[in-house]
Amino acid sequence: MTDESPNPMRDAIQGAIAENHVILFMKGTPDAPACGFSARTVAVLQSLNTPFAAVDILPDPRIRQELATLSNWPTIPQLFIEGELVGGCDIVMEMYQSGELQQALGVEAEEAPEEPASAAAPTQGPPISIENRL
Amino acid sequence: MTATPEELKDRIEAGIPGARAEVTGDGHHFNAVVSAPAFEGLSRIAQHRLVYDVFGSEVGDRIHALSIQTKASQTETIS
Repeated sequence: MTDESPNPMRDAIQGAIAENHVILFMKGTPDAPACGFSARTVAVLQSLNTPFAAVDILPDPRIRQELATLSNWPTIPQLFIEGELVGGCDIVMEMYQSGELQQALGVEAEEAPEEPASAAAPTQGPPISIENRL
Repeated sequence: MTATPEELKDRIEAGIPGARAEVTGDGHHFNAVVSAPAFEGLSRIAQHRLVYDVFGSEVGDRIHALSIQTKASQTETIS
Protein backbone atom coordinates (compact mmCIF):
# COMPACT_ATOMS: atom_id res chain seq x y z
CA MET A 1 0.00 0.00 0.00
CA THR A 2 2.76 2.39 0.86
CA ASP A 3 4.22 1.85 -2.57
CA GLU A 4 1.38 3.75 -4.19
CA SER A 5 1.91 7.35 -4.99
CA PRO A 6 0.95 9.45 -1.99
CA ASN A 7 -2.63 10.59 -2.01
CA PRO A 8 -3.43 12.38 1.25
CA MET A 9 -7.00 13.07 0.22
CA ARG A 10 -7.72 9.42 -0.47
CA ASP A 11 -6.00 8.41 2.75
CA ALA A 12 -8.04 10.91 4.71
CA ILE A 13 -11.30 9.67 3.23
CA GLN A 14 -10.37 6.05 3.82
CA GLY A 15 -9.37 6.89 7.35
CA ALA A 16 -12.62 8.69 8.02
CA ILE A 17 -14.63 5.74 6.71
CA ALA A 18 -12.61 3.30 8.80
CA GLU A 19 -12.80 5.33 11.98
CA ASN A 20 -16.48 6.17 11.99
CA HIS A 21 -19.10 3.50 12.52
CA VAL A 22 -21.61 5.56 10.57
CA ILE A 23 -20.43 8.25 8.19
CA LEU A 24 -22.30 10.27 5.60
CA PHE A 25 -20.64 12.09 2.74
CA MET A 26 -23.01 14.85 1.75
CA LYS A 27 -23.42 18.24 0.15
CA GLY A 28 -23.52 20.77 2.94
CA THR A 29 -23.79 19.93 6.62
CA PRO A 30 -26.47 18.13 8.63
CA ASP A 31 -27.67 21.51 9.89
CA ALA A 32 -27.52 23.12 6.46
CA PRO A 33 -27.80 20.51 3.72
CA ALA A 34 -27.10 21.95 0.27
CA CYS A 35 -29.05 19.40 -1.73
CA GLY A 36 -32.43 17.71 -1.39
CA PHE A 37 -30.97 14.21 -1.54
CA SER A 38 -28.50 14.96 1.21
CA ALA A 39 -31.24 16.64 3.26
CA ARG A 40 -33.51 13.60 3.04
CA THR A 41 -30.75 11.21 3.99
CA VAL A 42 -29.80 13.33 6.99
CA ALA A 43 -33.45 13.53 8.04
CA VAL A 44 -33.74 9.74 8.05
CA LEU A 45 -30.61 9.32 10.17
CA GLN A 46 -31.72 12.01 12.57
CA SER A 47 -35.17 10.48 12.89
CA LEU A 48 -33.50 7.29 14.10
CA ASN A 49 -31.48 9.21 16.66
CA THR A 50 -28.40 7.52 15.40
CA PRO A 51 -25.07 9.26 15.85
CA PHE A 52 -23.20 9.75 12.62
CA ALA A 53 -20.20 11.55 11.26
CA ALA A 54 -20.75 13.82 8.28
CA VAL A 55 -18.36 15.12 5.66
CA ASP A 56 -19.27 18.05 3.45
CA ILE A 57 -17.85 17.28 0.01
CA LEU A 58 -18.45 20.75 -1.39
CA PRO A 59 -15.41 22.68 -0.09
CA ASP A 60 -12.96 20.73 -2.27
CA PRO A 61 -13.85 19.01 -5.56
CA ARG A 62 -11.16 16.43 -4.91
CA ILE A 63 -13.18 14.97 -2.05
CA ARG A 64 -15.93 13.96 -4.42
CA GLN A 65 -13.46 12.70 -7.02
CA GLU A 66 -11.53 10.54 -4.62
CA LEU A 67 -14.67 9.31 -2.88
CA ALA A 68 -16.25 8.27 -6.18
CA THR A 69 -13.09 6.39 -7.10
CA LEU A 70 -12.90 4.66 -3.74
CA SER A 71 -16.53 3.68 -3.52
CA ASN A 72 -17.22 3.14 -7.21
CA TRP A 73 -20.38 5.15 -6.71
CA PRO A 74 -20.99 8.32 -8.74
CA THR A 75 -23.48 10.29 -6.68
CA ILE A 76 -23.73 12.13 -3.38
CA PRO A 77 -24.82 11.46 -0.64
CA GLN A 78 -23.08 8.23 0.28
CA LEU A 79 -23.72 6.47 3.54
CA PHE A 80 -21.17 4.07 5.00
CA ILE A 81 -21.85 1.75 7.92
CA GLU A 82 -18.91 -0.14 9.40
CA GLY A 83 -16.74 0.72 6.44
CA GLU A 84 -19.21 -0.54 3.84
CA LEU A 85 -21.04 1.62 1.35
CA VAL A 86 -24.73 1.22 2.08
CA GLY A 87 -25.95 3.47 -0.69
CA GLY A 88 -27.22 6.86 -1.63
CA CYS A 89 -30.50 8.55 -0.92
CA ASP A 90 -32.68 6.05 -2.82
CA ILE A 91 -31.28 2.96 -1.15
CA VAL A 92 -31.24 4.56 2.29
CA MET A 93 -34.92 5.47 1.87
CA GLU A 94 -35.85 1.98 0.70
CA MET A 95 -33.95 0.41 3.56
CA TYR A 96 -35.53 2.78 6.05
CA GLN A 97 -38.99 1.88 4.85
CA SER A 98 -38.28 -1.84 4.97
CA GLY A 99 -36.62 -1.68 8.37
CA GLU A 100 -33.28 -2.88 7.02
CA LEU A 101 -31.60 0.41 7.81
CA GLN A 102 -32.64 0.25 11.45
CA GLN A 103 -31.25 -3.28 11.53
CA ALA A 104 -27.97 -2.25 9.90
CA LEU A 105 -27.60 0.60 12.37
CA GLY A 106 -28.60 -1.58 15.28
CA VAL A 107 -31.04 1.03 16.53
CA GLU A 108 -33.75 -1.53 17.18
CA ALA A 109 -31.50 -3.95 18.95
CA GLU A 110 -30.42 -3.67 22.57
CA GLU A 111 -27.17 -1.89 23.06
CA ALA A 112 -24.42 -2.95 20.75
CA PRO A 113 -21.88 -4.71 22.96
CA GLU A 114 -18.92 -3.76 20.84
CA GLU A 115 -16.46 -1.41 22.44
CA PRO A 116 -15.06 1.48 20.49
CA ALA A 117 -11.41 1.21 19.63
CA SER A 118 -10.05 3.56 22.24
CA ALA A 119 -6.53 3.44 20.90
CA ALA A 120 -7.41 5.21 17.66
CA ALA A 121 -4.56 7.55 16.96
CA PRO A 122 -5.65 11.11 16.37
CA THR A 123 -5.07 12.13 12.80
CA GLN A 124 -3.11 15.25 12.29
CA GLY A 125 -4.68 17.91 10.16
CA PRO A 126 -6.77 15.84 7.78
CA PRO A 127 -7.62 17.72 4.58
CA ILE A 128 -11.32 17.09 5.08
CA SER A 129 -13.40 18.38 7.93
CA ILE A 130 -15.50 15.84 9.73
CA GLU A 131 -18.42 16.90 11.78
CA ASN A 132 -18.41 14.09 14.23
CA ARG A 133 -21.69 13.49 15.92
CA LEU A 134 -20.57 10.57 18.00
CA MET B 1 -27.33 18.18 -25.83
CA THR B 2 -29.87 17.86 -23.06
CA ALA B 3 -30.61 14.37 -21.88
CA THR B 4 -34.18 13.13 -22.20
CA PRO B 5 -36.08 10.45 -20.31
CA GLU B 6 -36.47 8.57 -23.60
CA GLU B 7 -32.73 8.55 -24.16
CA LEU B 8 -32.07 7.23 -20.66
CA LYS B 9 -34.73 4.56 -21.02
CA ASP B 10 -33.32 3.38 -24.34
CA ARG B 11 -29.78 3.30 -23.04
CA ILE B 12 -30.66 1.40 -19.89
CA GLU B 13 -32.64 -1.17 -21.86
CA ALA B 14 -29.81 -1.50 -24.39
CA GLY B 15 -27.10 -1.63 -21.75
CA ILE B 16 -28.61 -4.19 -19.36
CA PRO B 17 -29.79 -7.41 -21.01
CA GLY B 18 -33.53 -7.90 -20.68
CA ALA B 19 -34.01 -4.69 -18.73
CA ARG B 20 -37.21 -2.72 -18.76
CA ALA B 21 -37.07 0.88 -17.62
CA GLU B 22 -39.52 3.64 -16.87
CA VAL B 23 -37.78 6.99 -16.78
CA THR B 24 -39.15 10.38 -15.90
CA GLY B 25 -37.25 13.62 -15.65
CA ASP B 26 -36.81 17.23 -16.59
CA GLY B 27 -33.52 17.02 -18.48
CA HIS B 28 -31.38 17.31 -15.35
CA HIS B 29 -33.02 15.29 -12.60
CA PHE B 30 -34.26 11.86 -13.55
CA ASN B 31 -36.02 9.00 -11.87
CA ALA B 32 -35.63 5.50 -13.25
CA VAL B 33 -37.54 2.39 -12.26
CA VAL B 34 -35.67 -0.55 -13.72
CA SER B 35 -36.36 -4.24 -13.68
CA ALA B 36 -34.02 -6.82 -15.15
CA PRO B 37 -33.28 -10.52 -14.76
CA ALA B 38 -29.63 -9.53 -14.24
CA PHE B 39 -30.55 -8.02 -10.86
CA GLU B 40 -31.51 -11.39 -9.45
CA GLY B 41 -29.41 -12.20 -6.43
CA LEU B 42 -27.56 -8.88 -6.42
CA SER B 43 -27.51 -6.41 -3.56
CA ARG B 44 -29.21 -3.06 -4.11
CA ILE B 45 -25.79 -1.46 -4.37
CA ALA B 46 -24.80 -3.84 -7.14
CA GLN B 47 -28.12 -3.37 -8.93
CA HIS B 48 -27.82 0.40 -8.86
CA ARG B 49 -24.20 0.20 -10.01
CA LEU B 50 -25.31 -1.69 -13.12
CA VAL B 51 -27.61 1.19 -13.95
CA TYR B 52 -25.05 3.89 -13.14
CA ASP B 53 -22.48 2.03 -15.22
CA VAL B 54 -24.62 2.53 -18.32
CA PHE B 55 -23.94 6.27 -18.07
CA GLY B 56 -20.45 6.35 -16.61
CA SER B 57 -19.17 9.82 -15.89
CA GLU B 58 -22.30 11.44 -17.32
CA VAL B 59 -23.97 10.88 -13.96
CA GLY B 60 -23.40 13.99 -11.89
CA ASP B 61 -22.44 15.89 -15.00
CA ARG B 62 -24.69 15.87 -18.05
CA ILE B 63 -27.20 13.79 -16.10
CA HIS B 64 -27.23 15.90 -12.99
CA ALA B 65 -29.09 13.47 -10.77
CA LEU B 66 -30.39 9.99 -11.39
CA SER B 67 -32.68 8.48 -8.83
CA ILE B 68 -33.02 4.71 -9.17
CA GLN B 69 -35.38 2.01 -8.03
CA THR B 70 -34.49 -1.50 -9.11
CA LYS B 71 -36.13 -4.88 -8.95
CA ALA B 72 -35.28 -8.28 -10.32
CA SER B 73 -37.79 -9.16 -13.03
CA GLN B 74 -38.45 -12.74 -12.02
CA THR B 75 -39.04 -12.77 -8.31
CA GLU B 76 -38.60 -10.17 -5.67
CA THR B 77 -36.35 -11.85 -3.21
CA ILE B 78 -35.29 -9.91 -0.21
CA SER B 79 -32.99 -11.94 1.92
